[in-house]
Amino acid sequence: MRGGQGAAEARVLQFTNCRILRGGKLLREDLWVRGGRILDPEKLFFEERRVADERRDCGGCILAPGFIDVQINGGFGVDFSQATEDVGSGVALVARRILSHGVTSFCPTLVTSPPEVYHKVVPQIPVKSGGPHGAGVLGLHLEGPFISREKRGAHPEAHLRSFEANAFQDLLATYGPLDNVRIVTLAPELGHSHEVIRELTTRGICVSLGHSVADLRAAEDAVWSGATFITHLFNAMLPFHHRDPGIVGLLTSDRLPAGRCIFYGMIADGTHTNPAALRIAHRAHPQGLVLVTDAIPALGLGNGRHTLGQQEVEVDGLTAYVAGCSVESALEAASLHPAQLLGLEKSKGTLDFGADADFVVLDDSLHVQATYISGELVWQAEAARQ
Amino acid sequence: MPWKLRSSKQEARPAAPHSDHFPESQLRGPKGSAHAQRLPAAPRFLPAPLSASGSVGFALHWSAGVARGWLGVACSRCSSVGRAIGSAGLNFCFWKLCVAIMRLVILDNYDLASEWAAKYICNRIIQFKPGQDRYFTLGLPTGSTPLGCYKKLIEYHKNGHLSFKYVKTFNMDEYVGLPRNHPESYHSYMWNNFFKHIDIDPNNAHILDGNAADLQAECDAFEKKIKEAGGIDLFVGGIGPDGHIAFNEPGSSLVSRTRLKTLAMDTILANAKYFDGDLSKVPTMALTVGVGTVMDAREVMILITGAHKAFALYKAIEEGVNHMWTVSAFQQHPRTIFVCDEDATLELRVKTVKYFKGLMHVHNKLVDPLFSMKDGN
Repeated sequence: MRGGQGAAEARVLQFTNCRILRGGKLLREDLWVRGGRILDPEKLFFEERRVADERRDCGGCILAPGFIDVQINGGFGVDFSQATEDVGSGVALVARRILSHGVTSFCPTLVTSPPEVYHKVVPQIPVKSGGPHGAGVLGLHLEGPFISREKRGAHPEAHLRSFEANAFQDLLATYGPLDNVRIVTLAPELGHSHEVIRELTTRGICVSLGHSVADLRAAEDAVWSGATFITHLFNAMLPFHHRDPGIVGLLTSDRLPAGRCIFYGMIADGTHTNPAALRIAHRAHPQGLVLVTDAIPALGLGNGRHTLGQQEVEVDGLTAYVAGCSVESALEAASLHPAQLLGLEKSKGTLDFGADADFVVLDDSLHVQATYISGELVWQAEAARQ
Repeated sequence: MPWKLRSSKQEARPAAPHSDHFPESQLRGPKGSAHAQRLPAAPRFLPAPLSASGSVGFALHWSAGVARGWLGVACSRCSSVGRAIGSAGLNFCFWKLCVAIMRLVILDNYDLASEWAAKYICNRIIQFKPGQDRYFTLGLPTGSTPLGCYKKLIEYHKNGHLSFKYVKTFNMDEYVGLPRNHPESYHSYMWNNFFKHIDIDPNNAHILDGNAADLQAECDAFEKKIKEAGGIDLFVGGIGPDGHIAFNEPGSSLVSRTRLKTLAMDTILANAKYFDGDLSKVPTMALTVGVGTVMDAREVMILITGAHKAFALYKAIEEGVNHMWTVSAFQQHPRTIFVCDEDATLELRVKTVKYFKGLMHVHNKLVDPLFSMKDGN
């Protein structure tokens, strides 16, 4: 329960002995929470003349905004692109399990699928607030089927589509109603893509460029039409070339609309992208970096065969990698930037006053010790429980 | 040098020959009662040794406290026992003699000066034995000078030696027209540098509201709050480069009360550094306690550090009382302590500095031992 009536009478929580991420820096400050929102303690002191009702010692840990994963295809045996009867419980399972990774909000991602799958699955995954039951669902990320054949990656070729003459209607026919949709990844070189991008942007849906062979010019035009995101930079797109940087060139393009920040997702596992390439992108455009997992259903499971949409995937070992940037930058890339991408930075991805109290408690090696949603403890590490 | 922590219940060591230990005259009545009225009681005059501080002044203080129903109760501020008079239960604490004193405490550097001041405040609060019906009232300054002192007080609090639960504070001043949550407002200063680190009750932290609809009414209400709190036990202040106390700029009346003041150019220039060096952003008006308001406090402590304050200190204590250097008014206050570092003494006579430095062993008895609330106080 956030805000609303009775919030002023709600208990005031004060988290002490911690460093909080605020304004791009880790500050030695206390975090105050009331009614599920971050509270301004100075205002509380001088206007309401109140002190905290409860203090919690964070043991010197880091408090960062809860992570937001805008590209996650499933996990723990659940595949979001599978048209089962009870998609909801699969989403709920993933939502609960990712709390231990510090993710407080996410966009379940569907890979290229036939229209029947979209019609069945999309209505079953509504936008939902997070809580003790699990991370919040911000909306769906539909990756495909309007993508390039050459750059389809793991997406099944049989279900790829291009836009017909009545492009947006074609999209609606494929996906069904767009109420639960938050992000759409498409290839801008496809015909009629610009009207689709414009229409989606008007409806508040974030358009992302990916799985594409577009050159820089086509990508810039797509941004002018409203695209704001790049799906897993470097992967499934033309490689950077010094005479035509392709989609990668958007990071430093001077032909973009003034004041527009282009965001780009990076899978920082050390495998999808060479760490050196990740650093080049980060140094070129640090404000746009968005960390994503692009996790597949095999997340959290052992080796073996697993499904990914309509295909099967072998999993052999797990790798993890931490980007070579500052702790504050990395934390912002996982929280603030995805919130900015989705236009939610007033309430998510930040510990500013008035924002939703979704945050994680991290030790110095950035391992999650506890996760809070709306100021409520929703997950705690074993060691911390003692 | 490690200071000893001792319960304030224990007696301080016996007064040394040149002791400056003077019991005080104020019998504090129940919360909110007016007291400290001067009555023409017959004084008991005790010849006292020459005051160790060098400022020889004898003053007779006497006060009456209205303590309903108290009979023969010892005054906690001095060792006299009040006598019941009539059925009204009035107690008069016959105060005998208070030696007026001016101290100049000189420490080697800013950190030591800040620490001395903080220790003094700490000891004063603890020895006062504040409680539910007995709040210690403290006047507080802002600016860069007291930051070190605040840090030490916070340290004492965090280590459990000092609580502000029964302390009431009154800040000296606040800008007019600056939003309360502006980073340079004095509300923000006090919150970030002091209040958020201690356990003071928000209802007991008083700061003038520079955005009040009726500014003079706000000032009058502030004076009233001070009176209702029983007056100020210890007013801590700083000094401006132009010798002002609070925002009582040169030319201010020395008997002034809390009011609206226009800031002098010197002050605006000095404050520009807090507003990105842009003079147009510095507020031009402020609400401030008057010189008279601070003079009403039972004790005043002025912190002065840095070479840029040296000339002001010289004017304040080596020249006469002058409304162009308003801190000089405290030459006429019965209990003033100036705490400074070496740099602030650069414009004083060598003789003055040597004399007061020679008295540091006496001054240090005020802060050593350093008391602690941990011992069941």
